[in-house]
Amino acid sequence: MTTSNSLVYLIALPLLGATILLLAGRRADKWGHILGTLMPASSFAVGLYQLSLMLGRSAEERPVGQKLFEWISVGSFKVDAGLLLDQLSICFVLLITGVGTLIHIYSISYMSHDKDRRRFFAYLNLFIAAMLLLVLGDSYLNLYVGWEGVGLASYLLIGFWNQKPAYATASKKAFVMNRVGDMGLSFAIMIAFATVGTVSFAGIKEQVDQTSTGALTAIGIMLLVAAAGKSAQFPLQAWLGDAMAGPTPVSALIHAATMVTAGVYLITRSNFIFDAAPTAQLLVVIVGAITLLFGALIGTAKDDIKKALAASTMSQIGYMTLAAGLGPVGYAFAIMHLLTHGFFKAGMFLGAGSVMHGMNDQVNMRKYGALRKFMPITFVTFGLGYLAILGVPPFAGFYSKDMIIETAFNAGGIKGILLGSATLLGAGITAFYMSRVMILTFTGTKRWDEDAHPHESPWLMWLPMAILAIGSVSSGFLLSRGDALVNWLHPLFDHHEEHKHHLLQPIVVSGLALTMVAIGVAIAFFKYSRQEVAAIAPENVSVLTKIARQDLMQDRFNEAVFMRPGQQLTQVLVKTDEAVIDGTVRAVGQLAMSSSSLLRGVQSGFVRSYAALIFVGAALLIAGIWVVVQ
Amino acid sequence: MLDLAISVGQTQTPEAVLFWVLAPLTVAAALGMLLVKKAVHSAILMASVMVNLAVFYIAQDALFLGIVQIVVYTGAVMMLFLFILMLVGVDSSDSLTETIPGLRPIAIVAAVGFGGLMVSLIGRATLGRNAIGLDAANSLGNVEGIAQLLFSKYVWPFEVVSALLITAALGAMVLAHHQSIQMRPTQRQLSTQRFRGKSLANAAGLPAPGVFARHNAVDVPALLPDGTPAANSINATLQARGDMLNSGTFELGKVDTSKGEEK
Amino acid sequence: MDAANYLYLSALLFTIGAVGVVVRRNAIVVFMCVELMLNAANLAFVTFSRINGDLNGQVVAFFTMVVAACEVVVGLAIIVTIYRSRRSASVDDASLLKR
Repeated sequence: MTTSNSLVYLIALPLLGATILLLAGRRADKWGHILGTLMPASSFAVGLYQLSLMLGRSAEERPVGQKLFEWISVGSFKVDAGLLLDQLSICFVLLITGVGTLIHIYSISYMSHDKDRRRFFAYLNLFIAAMLLLVLGDSYLNLYVGWEGVGLASYLLIGFWNQKPAYATASKKAFVMNRVGDMGLSFAIMIAFATVGTVSFAGIKEQVDQTSTGALTAIGIMLLVAAAGKSAQFPLQAWLGDAMAGPTPVSALIHAATMVTAGVYLITRSNFIFDAAPTAQLLVVIVGAITLLFGALIGTAKDDIKKALAASTMSQIGYMTLAAGLGPVGYAFAIMHLLTHGFFKAGMFLGAGSVMHGMNDQVNMRKYGALRKFMPITFVTFGLGYLAILGVPPFAGFYSKDMIIETAFNAGGIKGILLGSATLLGAGITAFYMSRVMILTFTGTKRWDEDAHPHESPWLMWLPMAILAIGSVSSGFLLSRGDALVNWLHPLFDHHEEHKHHLLQPIVVSGLALTMVAIGVAIAFFKYSRQEVAAIAPENVSVLTKIARQDLMQDRFNEAVFMRPGQQLTQVLVKTDEAVIDGTVRAVGQLAMSSSSLLRGVQSGFVRSYAALIFVGAALLIAGIWVVVQ
Repeated sequence: MLDLAISVGQTQTPEAVLFWVLAPLTVAAALGMLLVKKAVHSAILMASVMVNLAVFYIAQDALFLGIVQIVVYTGAVMMLFLFILMLVGVDSSDSLTETIPGLRPIAIVAAVGFGGLMVSLIGRATLGRNAIGLDAANSLGNVEGIAQLLFSKYVWPFEVVSALLITAALGAMVLAHHQSIQMRPTQRQLSTQRFRGKSLANAAGLPAPGVFARHNAVDVPALLPDGTPAANSINATLQARGDMLNSGTFELGKVDTSKGEEK
Repeated sequence: MDAANYLYLSALLFTIGAVGVVVRRNAIVVFMCVELMLNAANLAFVTFSRINGDLNGQVVAFFTMVVAACEVVVGLAIIVTIYRSRRSASVDDASLLKR
C-alpha cells in the first residue's frame, strides 16, 4: 500500500485547534472562533489534496496508509497506531471537514451572543479530530479511540448549556446509551482478537475464510450493537431526540450529518465480516427496517421542530443501515444516501436553527407559521432540503433513496417484498411529516408569541445554508451520474454474486415511491393547510398519536425493562455488599483490632524489652534446631 | 573433678594450660562486666576480656586478627568508650534494681535456655571434631594468606565495608555536629548590653574572686562591702558543681594566726 | 586440645553479652555487651577457621571487626546526642516510641 505522511495532518490540525482553544482560556475569546474555523477548513484542504492524489492513481493503488507509531506490543499481539485513507474514508473525510467547516462558519454567527463561544469551537474541533480518527483508523482499535472521542465530544456538546438540568440529563442519557453500544464494539474487538488474532481491517479481511461462521456472526452482532448505539438505531434509539438539547449547529453536524452515521460506516467498513455472516447481515436489515418506520412514526407526532428532524434523521439512517445490510449491492447506496443526507439534513437543521434564531429560540412549530415572507432565504434553502429528503427528482434524495428502495425490492423473495414495502411506506410517512414541518413553519397564519420579531439571519448563517442547499440539489445527480460513487467504491467490496433479476423495473420503483410521496404530501396538506392549526397541541387525540408523541414508549420501555430491574438489582447488591462483603471485612478488622490490643502490651517502648524478645526468639530458634537435629 | 583432670591431661599441654587458665578469667571478667555498678569498671573488665580473646586468637594461629584485636579493640574502641564515659560522667554509678517487671526472670530463663542448648548442640556436633589446623593455610604466613583472600575473593565485600566505614564516620560527624540556634552575640552587642542594661553595676566587669589576699583562689567568692559573699565573682561552672568554698572560713578571726607559715 | 572448647567459651560469652544487653540500663554498658557478643562470634569464626583449615573464617572475623567499629562510632555518637538533650544515658529514658 502506498504511504503518505500527510494523513496525520487531517487529524492533527483540528486537534491542535481544540488544544489551543481549551488551554488558552479566556485570552482566546476574541479570535478563538476564527482559529476554530480555520482548522477544519485546512483539514478540508488536505482532504481535497489527498483526493486529487487519489484520482491520479489507478483503482487498486488508491488506498494510502500512514503508520504513526507502535501502540501496543504484547507478545504476538501488535497494534500500530496507523491511518488508512481509501475510497470509503475519503468520502467521509470530505463530508466531515466540508460540512464541518460550513457549520463552523454558521456557528460564528449563531453562537455570537454566547459567552462560551470559544469553548464551543474547541469542542467542535475536538469532535472533528475524533471523527476523522474514527474514519481514518486502520484497525478496530484505532477506530475505537475515535469512536469514544466522538462520544465524548457529543456528550460535551449536548450538555453545552449544562446550567439547565434537563440539558445536562440529556447529555448524560446520550452518553450512557452510547456506552451500551461502545460495549458492543469492545466485545467485537475482543472476540476478533480471541478468534482471529488481529484487530486490523486488513488482517481480519485476509483471515475471514479461515474463521468460523459462528465467530464472525458474534463479531457482526456486536458490531451491529455498536452501530445501533452510535447511530440511534432500534433498540438503542432513545437518546437522539433528547440530544437535541445541544446547540443547533451541534445537532446539524453531529446528530445529523456525521457522528450518527458512524454506525453505517462501521457496518460498511466491516463488509467482509457481514458478507461472511448472513445471520448478522439479516439482523442489520431488520434493525434498519424497524428503525426507518419507527423514526418516521415518531416524526409525525413531534411539535418540536428539532425533534421532528431528529426523528427523521433516525429514520433516514434506518434506510442506510437497511441498505448496508443488503450486502455488496447495498453498500454503495448506503454511503450515497449518507452523503446526500449529510447535505440536506445538515441544511435543514441549520434552517431550523435560523428559524429559532429569529423566533427567540422557540422550537414549537405550532407557534410558527407564515415565516416564508420574513425569512425568504431560510425558506428556500429549507425547502430545497425538503424536496431532497422527499426524493423528488432531480433532487439528491431521489437518487439515493430510490436506489435503496429498488435494492430492497431486489433482495428477493418474501424478504425483498417486505423490505421494499417498508421502505416505500417509510418514504410516504417521511413525505407526510416533512410536509407537516414545512406547512406549520413557513405557511399558514401567524401563531407567534407576542414578543416574536422574526427576521432573516445574517449572511454568515445563510451562506452555509445556501451551500448545503446547492449540495442537496446537486449531490445526488453528481454522485450517481454514470454510477460514479458505485464505481469509486467498487474495489473495496466483494462482488462475487451475480446481479439478480429485477423484481421491479427502476422506473416502476420510482413511480411507486413518488406516488407514496404524493399521498403523504396530500394528507399533510389537507390536515394542516386546509384546517386551522391550534397553537397549543390538542389533547383529545387518538391513542396512536399519544404513543407517537411519547416516542413510541421507548423511554417507558427502557425504564420498565432495564432501569427498574437494574435499580432493584443494585439495591440487592448493595444489601449483599453491606451484609456479606462489608461484614467479612469488618469482622477481619475487628479480629485484627482485638488481637492487636492484646499484642499492644508487648510494645512497651523500652528498648530492653524488645531486646529481651529478640533474645527469647533466638533461644526458641536454637531450641527448634535442637529439636530438628535430635 | 577426676574427669576434669583427665580432660586437662588429654589436651596438648601448652595450649591447654593457656586455655584453662585464661578461659575462666575471661568468663569471670565478662560476668563482672554484667554485675558491677560503675560503667567505667565495666569498661576495664571488657578490655581484659578483649585482651584475653586476642591471646586466644594468636593461640589459634590467627596472628593478624590477634594483633588487630589488641590494636583496634583494646586500643581504639575501648578508648572511644572511655572517652564517651568521661563525657557522660565518669563516676555516675547505675542502680542495678530492675524497673521493668518480669524482665530479669525472662532474661535469665532465656539465657539458661539459649546457653544450655548452644552448649548441648556444640557437644553433639560430629563434624569438625578433629581440627585440621592452619599450618598448611598459613604456610606463606598468616598475614599473606589473609591478604590473598581479602584482595581476591573478598575484594568486593572489602570495598563495600570501606564505604560503610566512611559512611559511619560521616554519620557520626553529622550526629555530633551541634548547630547553634541563634547568632553568637558580637562584641559590640555584648558591650551595648553591659552599658545599656538594667544597671551599671557590672559595667566595669564582674568582681574578681578571692578574699583579702588571704585566699585568692578561683573557688572563693569575693566579699561585698557589707560582708556578704558576691556570688557572681566566681565561675558559674564551679558554682553549679558545688566546688565553691565559703569565704567566711577565711575571716581573720577564724584563722589561726599563731602558725608561722600563714604569715 | 579439642578445638570445641573455644566454641563452648564463645557460646558462654555470647549468652553473657545478650543478658547484659537486656539487663543493663546504661547505654554505654549495653554497647559494651553488644561488643562482647560480636567478639564471641569472632572467636567462633576463628575457631571454625582452625577446624576447617582455611582462612575464610578469619577474613569474616576481620569484616566483623570493621562493622563493629562502624557500629560503635555511630552508636556512641547517638548516645552523645541523646545525652546532650536529655542529660541521661539510660536506655529506659528513650522510650518515646510507646507514645
